Amino acid sequence: MRFSEIKDHLAGFRVGIAGAGGLGSNCAVALARSGVGTLVISDFDVIEPANLNRQCYFASQVGTFKTVALKENIARINPDIIVIAHTEKLDKLNIPEIFASCDVIVEAFDSDKMKEMLAETVQTRMPGTPLVMGSGLAGWGKNEAIKFRKIDETLYICGDESTTAGEEMPPMAPRVGIVANMQANTVVEILMKRTRDYFRQ
Amino acid sequence: MKIFLNNRAEEFPGETLLISEMLVLKKFSYKMRIVKINGLLIPRERYESTIIHDGDNVQMIYLMSGG
Repeated sequence: MRFSEIKDHLAGFRVGIAGAGGLGSNCAVALARSGVGTLVISDFDVIEPANLNRQCYFASQVGTFKTVALKENIARINPDIIVIAHTEKLDKLNIPEIFASCDVIVEAFDSDKMKEMLAETVQTRMPGTPLVMGSGLAGWGKNEAIKFRKIDETLYICGDESTTAGEEMPPMAPRVGIVANMQANTVVEILMKRTRDYFRQ
Repeated sequence: MKIFLNNRAEEFPGETLLISEMLVLKKFSYKMRIVKINGLLIPRERYESTIIHDGDNVQMIYLMSGG
């Protein structure tokens, strides 16, 4: 299949990204470059200097909301992509509203508590919507430990499933980027198997 | 009883097992996780009341901080 055909197919889909940090910003950029038509991105944080070691932002964007900066960066990469940005904290109540009609949802949080809350909410309140999660990406090296698991048709896990980010084990661009791109790769794989719904919108 | 835990057959004593008991027996200590039984996610507040039966397909996934 030619890239022009792949891009045309992906243009018909909408992907939700929960969190616009290391996983979310890099995954969103990979999906935008691939041509996924609509990205629904949610995050409530502003960019801090410490984020620049792994997140897809620029020093000049420090102090800006991540949603605003990511929308701007994606527009510079591929102006055809529609970015719907929600600058608010996700919870059990707003997740089903914000990500309604998304074909796939990407979990891109930092905190394990938020990861659990999102998984519980999406899997119980939005049955049938595939969820692509990141779990375990801190530190450096250990390429062989990073894996992908398809649990079932609605749950996919990318990461080493063992390292926890902390002071002595910071998340860094190479490993975060690998997992973010594995998530994007999983999304593309799911969407390439789908028939496009030409009647939506 | 025999269940499939993360795609591997595992034996447990007795005929039924609570999720909370399974977590202790298997020493699944990291606190944030997903538990699915036969494809259905069981929220944390139901670990003490949800019974795993013989033949069930159980998935336990750790959710590690970092992103």
